[in-house]
Amino acid sequence: MGPMNEHPAEPLTVTASAVVADEHDPDQDEWVERLEQRVFAPTRARGLAYQLWLFGLVAIMAFGGIALVLQLRDGLYVTAMRDRISWGLYITAFVFFIGISHAGTLISAILRVSNATWRTPVTRIAEAITVVALVCGGFMVIVDMGRPFNLYQLWLHGNWQSPIMWDMMAITIYLTGSVTYLLVPMVPDLALFRDRLRGRVPRIQSWVYDVFSFGWTGNAEQKRSLLKAISVLAVLIIPIAVSVHTVVSWIFAMTVRVSWNSTIFGFFFVAGAIFSGIAALILVLATVRKIYDLDEYVTYIHFKYLAYMLLTTAMVMIYANASEFITKGYHAEEEDLFAFRELFVTDFAPFFWFYFFGGLVAPILIIAYPRTRTISGFVVSSVLVLAAMFVERYFIVVAGMRVPLMPYEPAHYTPTWNEWAMVAAGVATFLFLLTLFVRFLPILAVWEMKEEYEEQQMAASPEQAMVSNSATAPQPSMSVGGP
Amino acid sequence: MTEEDQDLPGSTPDSGGRRRDTGVPVRLTRRSILKGIGISGAAITIPLAGVSMASTAEVPKPRVRQWAMIIDLRHCDGCQSQGTPPRCTTACIEGHLAPQPMEWIEVYEGEMAGGGTQFIPTPCQQCENPPCVNVCPVAATYSAPDGVVQIDQERCIGCRMCMAACPYDRRFFNWGDAPVPPEAVLADYSSRHQIGAKTGTVMKCDFCTDLARAGSLPQCVQACPNAAIYYGDLEEDVATNGREIVSFRQYASENNAYRLKEDVGTQPRVQYIPGHGELVGRDPHDEGRLPTVWPWVERAEGSVTWGR
Repeated sequence: MGPMNEHPAEPLTVTASAVVADEHDPDQDEWVERLEQRVFAPTRARGLAYQLWLFGLVAIMAFGGIALVLQLRDGLYVTAMRDRISWGLYITAFVFFIGISHAGTLISAILRVSNATWRTPVTRIAEAITVVALVCGGFMVIVDMGRPFNLYQLWLHGNWQSPIMWDMMAITIYLTGSVTYLLVPMVPDLALFRDRLRGRVPRIQSWVYDVFSFGWTGNAEQKRSLLKAISVLAVLIIPIAVSVHTVVSWIFAMTVRVSWNSTIFGFFFVAGAIFSGIAALILVLATVRKIYDLDEYVTYIHFKYLAYMLLTTAMVMIYANASEFITKGYHAEEEDLFAFRELFVTDFAPFFWFYFFGGLVAPILIIAYPRTRTISGFVVSSVLVLAAMFVERYFIVVAGMRVPLMPYEPAHYTPTWNEWAMVAAGVATFLFLLTLFVRFLPILAVWEMKEEYEEQQMAASPEQAMVSNSATAPQPSMSVGGP
Repeated sequence: MTEEDQDLPGSTPDSGGRRRDTGVPVRLTRRSILKGIGISGAAITIPLAGVSMASTAEVPKPRVRQWAMIIDLRHCDGCQSQGTPPRCTTACIEGHLAPQPMEWIEVYEGEMAGGGTQFIPTPCQQCENPPCVNVCPVAATYSAPDGVVQIDQERCIGCRMCMAACPYDRRFFNWGDAPVPPEAVLADYSSRHQIGAKTGTVMKCDFCTDLARAGSLPQCVQACPNAAIYYGDLEEDVATNGREIVSFRQYASENNAYRLKEDVGTQPRVQYIPGHGELVGRDPHDEGRLPTVWPWVERAEGSVTWGR
């Protein structure tokens, strides 16, 4: 893939002026001050739009709450699921959210391990998406339970033969790992918040910064431990993240249903997860950038590289689909034929073709075609990808369930308002938690950006001494391998 | 295991309530079992009861019954000739107080290769390698020592993974407050007879092992007007439809018995003898059967029903 080697279209940071790098370089101080102010800005934002946004989200969550109470009272009767299509929108949303969760940790960890320095302004938000999406995914699978209050049985009588137990283990480990992976690199920034915002924010907020900065002072020993911890976590989190979505797919693949019982499922789900994760990241990043005016730090380059990753993953998805459909379809058994017919021609055809053309082909074209290779183009692609991936999860679950097992008429499933309300509440919870994150916690990895900026200044100065007018020279931070 | 599982068939309670072995001489054992599973031919069983009581010489080695079933499709006409919905399903529903729309034994109408249809009464197949048991995260569904797949509804969390896993569509979920007759609330709960539908849990055919232990045949076997269903014990190699007694394996192999979806490797305990009701005079092109009814729906207040 191109990004690492690509010559950047424009510099990552503000044009470095040709001054001698100095500990107390006024330009540098100004740069740092501006960055910090940008990161503090959300903690002060209390505009009407923000209030309305929160109110809207809480209203949707409350509506979902009503649906949940009704469901707890009357049972899953309130859904459209029945014996023959016994999983529906909830499981769709579960798989979707777990997919989104790969935005962060996996993408951020891969970029960290491969030393792609352009990642720095992107990672924090990506890691936050992961944690929040995992929480929402867990919520969706619990509302799907017939007796959620009986869940403690998993701890009393867990059966390790069951893919659901594998899933629970993988997701729990992933949640723990990604919370840690979010928190550890945030420690120096929380210390910054602690030091600079004391007295300017409510006491409890200060207290949180205080507790979670773990007495960070920034001395050399702390820094060494931090860097070591981050690099260990980044390596550990990759196999965990891959295992999570593999195991999610195994919930389906371990059954004998024709649409699910496939060896490619694990790989396919991981690819789909990364695919939708990148799309979610682009979308959230573009929104946050717009609202908090982060154009200086999150630049076109970042979007372009993420979009290239999106394009590559889209191609992987097409490949996986082709591989699956052609091997199965070539010698199609009766049940395969039914599954193909409902997917390509009858009941689920609109979903499938939207997924294929809207979610795979269109984003590839948008990103590949230079004139649409803009941030708006990427945002449009991401919206398409997210919609398509939700639809894809839906037809995997429902169309797979619909293939008759015995001589009976295929069942039908149209989700009820309760199910939609609950899924909407899940999405609202996702956005709500993310908003809270942005509102109270450092959205950029300030300390890493500062360090890189300093290194860049150091590296740039000698060059600039020799080459005048070096504003168009490639920034060191964009080179392969980084510092 | 529950206390009931200790109550191994093959031993019969004596007058003092203690159990003693009856199973040494093969001839006697078979007959006493026939008594045990409710063959009411008094001429055979009554004299032998006394004989079996006396045979206590050998070391008692309790047998575990391995319940199994043969369904002779040559005798099944979907109760077309009776002018009723399939009697097996009706008896099962009434005997188990099964909520609507659960048909623990469901009579499917399958197409035949040469045209026409056959009726296939389908209880839970009691697989020896049950996919549902493998996937249950809390082991609420399990294979009992007698080979019967049971469900402990008190433990079930309602994830429905077993329903996704079952290749025979033989599991049913209590989506809501199911219609059961008022007397169901009086029944004690046991995973051997799931009476009292618990909202949010899965139910299915329990193979009537409680009836078998009490010396009777399953509801569906008793109710079949054509005696098409044989119930028996693989361990003892015996089966009966309530009219005749056969050797399970011999009867199955002599009549080309097969199992449903043999290729998925579940190893069902239910075998089928191919046919389309020809021995009871059914024309394969005489399609359709009457729909199942649940008799107490009107009596169950405040409950809901749903479709499949």
